Amino acid sequence: MSTETVTAAAPAIQTYGILAAFKNAGDLLHAAEKVRDAGYAKFDAHSPFPIHGMDQAMGLRRSIVGYCAGISAFLLGSFGFWLQWWTSSVDYPLIIAGKPFNSYPAYVVVTFGLTVLGAALGALLSMLILNRLPQPFHGLFYSKQFEKFSDDGFFISIEAGDAKFSETETVRFLESIGGTNVEVVRGE
Amino acid sequence: MSAESLTYRLQKKGNFANLALLAIALGLVGSVAAYFTNPEQFFHAFLVAFSFWTSIGLGAMFFTMLHHLTGASWSVTVRRIAEQIMMGLPIMFIFTIVLFLGLHSLYHWTHVDPATDAFLAVKQPYLNEPFFIGRTIFYFVVWSALAIVLNRMSRSMDTNPTARTFQRLKVVSAIGMLLFAFTITYAAWDWLMSLDFHWYSTIFGVYFFGGAFLNALAMITLLAMYLRKRSDLDKAISVEHFHDLGKLIFGFIVFWSYIGFSQFFLQWYGNIPEETVWYLNRWDGSWKIPSLILLFGHFMAPFVIMIFRASKRSFLVMKVMAFWLLFVHWVDMYWLAYPYFTKTLYKEGVLAKNGVLFSWIEPSLMILVGGVFLFVVWRQLSNNPLVPVGDPKLEASIRFVNH
Repeated sequence: MSTETVTAAAPAIQTYGILAAFKNAGDLLHAAEKVRDAGYAKFDAHSPFPIHGMDQAMGLRRSIVGYCAGISAFLLGSFGFWLQWWTSSVDYPLIIAGKPFNSYPAYVVVTFGLTVLGAALGALLSMLILNRLPQPFHGLFYSKQFEKFSDDGFFISIEAGDAKFSETETVRFLESIGGTNVEVVRGE
Repeated sequence: MSAESLTYRLQKKGNFANLALLAIALGLVGSVAAYFTNPEQFFHAFLVAFSFWTSIGLGAMFFTMLHHLTGASWSVTVRRIAEQIMMGLPIMFIFTIVLFLGLHSLYHWTHVDPATDAFLAVKQPYLNEPFFIGRTIFYFVVWSALAIVLNRMSRSMDTNPTARTFQRLKVVSAIGMLLFAFTITYAAWDWLMSLDFHWYSTIFGVYFFGGAFLNALAMITLLAMYLRKRSDLDKAISVEHFHDLGKLIFGFIVFWSYIGFSQFFLQWYGNIPEETVWYLNRWDGSWKIPSLILLFGHFMAPFVIMIFRASKRSFLVMKVMAFWLLFVHWVDMYWLAYPYFTKTLYKEGVLAKNGVLFSWIEPSLMILVGGVFLFVVWRQLSNNPLVPVGDPKLEASIRFVNH
């Protein structure tokens, strides 16, 4: 009777993915290349520090953050210019220092400032959105060994949602490319 | 690919030196003719050419010192080209004689009576002929000494790289940078700002520097591309280095514009007659054209083009942009030197209306001074390795990749 109660209350256990540890940054880089070449798409490499060349090794495309920042800068800068023009020569024209209403050189400072602000906000927000941040929880946190990713651990994780994912095949594959402590990460 | 098996020497010399000599010969004929037909325009055309080529030498010297001070590694492979461009500075020393001969044609403060001009009465302790000549000689002594010392020390590293030389290059650069900041500012004031001696702008020297460094980068880019086809420099300078040069070019397009606008903005807003007249002279008649070329050609178009990563990594775009920037830099120097001159001619009745004055005289002086400058630079490039082969960071620089 008690057994039944426990089973009923326990939430479903699901598989998040497979985690494999590697010895160092170089091994991680080459392992990432092999995972990429094997056709996996939903995988990630974890290391305590950025590794040069990892983007290519993982087969990532160039980030579009730059374009987001550029468009945002253009929009906010244009808005700043428009607002100054509209307020000082359409809505409430005032003669200032004997200059024409539409004294556009005077708008440059605020336009420049807002363009820079637009670029900064565009870069920050698009980076957060594209990275899906902030993300307070991730399935990999169920893995005990994963805690080392911010200390001295180098890991590759392949997500369960990947089209090529198979609990047996993927584990064998990660072991074949030199992964150790290969672990199927499960949690609630 | 090991660096030891490569010589990095100019292999196909081509006819660059002959072309430079031809330019000198043609320029000399044109300049002599100009001197006897129209000495005033001759001296103004000379000032434009002199400022243009000196500024490129100065920009290259700044690049070299900046490299040593920041301890950058990407720029090692292109540093030698900058070091040879700055060797054009000592040869420009000779041309200061022409500047001194033209003092009366160029600078009105040399013959206006201070008793009749309140501005000049105050500025006389600074703006007088002996002090002007002394200052110009001082600038060139400093620049030539720095150029020769930095160049010689760098070349001594080719055969005998020592930690001591490496360290001393930094010390010389630190002192040199300080001297450079003062001398380029005062030189810009003396040569170009004092043409209209009623007018003043404290940021003028920075404006001159912005254009100088931008065009030294353009010149380094062009020479690097030219030399890659004529030596094994293509093993050392890759698209990654052009990408970084492109980033600096983009940055200094913005810097030049920022300084240029800062200067304009305060004077436009302040609206004080003796300040705004300088801009008024540059918006009079056909002077609008070079003013607009600077706004659109020196800032807007290059800004929009160079902001893209693909532009910086395209040899074609970089090459066209570098040539274009050199052209607009010439327009900039012309725009600084000529309007006061044409206005005076207009007042004297020589010109029917104020506007751009351009004839065969300006190109003659450009190719004469430029021919001499580039001949010296080319001789330096021909006789030395094209990269600092003894530099400890050379390998790192060759392998450099933009992430």
